Amino acid sequence: MAHMTPTPVMDASQDRTMILNMGPQHPSTHGVLRLLLEIDGETVVRIMPDLGYLHTGIEKTCEAKFYQQVVPLTDRIDYLCPLTNNLCYVLAVEKLLRLEIPPRAQWLRVMLNELTRINSHLVWLGTHAMDIGAMTVFLYCFREREDVLRLFEMVSGQRMMTSYFRVGGIALEPPIGFLDKVKEFADRFPARVDEYENLLTSNPIWTMRTKGVATITAEDAIALGASGPTLRGSGVDWDLRRDMPYSSYEKFQFKVPVATEGDVFARYMCRVQELRESNSIVKQALDGMPEGPIKADAPKVVLPDREKMKTEMEALIYHFKIITEGFAVPAGEVYQAVESPRGEMGYYVVSDGTAKPYRVHMRSACLANLQALPKMCEGRLIADVVAAIGSIDIVLGEIDR
Amino acid sequence: MPLAPANTQIEPLKDNPALARILSWNPSAVEAVKFDRDELSIYIDRSHIREVCALLRDDSRCPFNYLADVTCVDWYPTEPRFEVIYHLLSIQGKERVRLKVRVDGSSPAVESVVSVWPAANLFEREVFDLFGIRFTGHPYLRRIQMPEDWEGYPLRKDYPVEGYR
Repeated sequence: MAHMTPTPVMDASQDRTMILNMGPQHPSTHGVLRLLLEIDGETVVRIMPDLGYLHTGIEKTCEAKFYQQVVPLTDRIDYLCPLTNNLCYVLAVEKLLRLEIPPRAQWLRVMLNELTRINSHLVWLGTHAMDIGAMTVFLYCFREREDVLRLFEMVSGQRMMTSYFRVGGIALEPPIGFLDKVKEFADRFPARVDEYENLLTSNPIWTMRTKGVATITAEDAIALGASGPTLRGSGVDWDLRRDMPYSSYEKFQFKVPVATEGDVFARYMCRVQELRESNSIVKQALDGMPEGPIKADAPKVVLPDREKMKTEMEALIYHFKIITEGFAVPAGEVYQAVESPRGEMGYYVVSDGTAKPYRVHMRSACLANLQALPKMCEGRLIADVVAAIGSIDIVLGEIDR
Repeated sequence: MPLAPANTQIEPLKDNPALARILSWNPSAVEAVKFDRDELSIYIDRSHIREVCALLRDDSRCPFNYLADVTCVDWYPTEPRFEVIYHLLSIQGKERVRLKVRVDGSSPAVESVVSVWPAANLFEREVFDLFGIRFTGHPYLRRIQMPEDWEGYPLRKDYPVEGYR
């Protein structure tokens, strides 16, 4: 947080340039990103991001919690895709524990993750379009986002901070009628994507503001650690769901949208097509949803059913033990990466054999994508910076943690 | 409770592209190897880390051209106290490898890998900010998450969770 910094971090020694402060309260910085722009007239010469306004020390907090208590913290990292964070964390701990997860839980996880991707991309599309001046799209996107949030509320009791996944499975069997509601949504959603595309894809103002703007080459994107649609928009065909599958993504059929131009429009096209692909994954998950348990058979780790806890002594003991002492995880370390809506989200979890994680580190996709921002914008106009920030879909909660 | 590194035999892992490449270049750069839960960790001698990274990036068979993450673990009070951890990814070979460098607590410093991957810039700044490890040769090593005048390094194990009051 360089707001304490007495001297400007950049040297505008030549008379031609000046420093312009953008954020942290600027609406187009999607939260509390602060950018220091060195500008020559309207042209951006250099960009220096300044972070830390949302730093809450989640990594440190995790070290003081039991493994199961970390799940609600992971929601708060990236508040637009809480379930992706939940998934990444529980996958990492399950890998440490070497737990087998029943297929029904895996299918539900995949389905909810794709709904999360739809939710996140809708917020991105709405705000990104509004940044550039297309107000209407925002209202359309938030109409569907509300539907997804209602689904989340139905299944987990929460609209945003879902905390629905548990180490060893998922918290509860979804309520009766939930899958029908998801099906209803999945059936009408593709037509809604057409509506957004009608408003934007061939809109001349939109294409003028996005085509050829804030370009980045594939080499630069890889070197700067960009991932997700920011990488695929530059022509790198890389998606962790397909290339390093987790949670049985290998059993689903989907295309990975790639565009080669590397500009704002390419990233827009990638994400809009991802909306359709995610919807198709949701449908596949609904069609092939297996029956069976939703929790792994590991009584020392997974809480017993409420009913059993009240009738069986053994279940009550395990319940008491897990709640009061947590569960010990064998010593070791894992790095688990999943494809979040923004790119490679990774959890690095180190265990020392006790019931609390020794270290939890989150690899933030946004932090790496943000490093690509100066490369995209330097030498371009200030207005293009706004378009570029929107196009890398930034979430500051994840960057600062 | 320090975690003793469970060293695995190097011999059966010699086919691993990353390990084979480093061993053929300079066997003394590899301190130890650990293979656990399908993940390979290679402990690299501290003085060689930048060269090893450049070597793996430019490997023609399986280029580890993508730096996924840089982080650190504090094993206080054991020495060497810190482990700086690099997660590398080969997009072409669909392979991951973890490099580790042990650093002692008295004056922790590692050579920066920003010259190999520009992606390391913000990652290394974060490790510097929260663990106090200096990355020599880093272009702009300043606090990133904490305020500039903050005292101490919050993610160290001897730093209380509630902070100092």
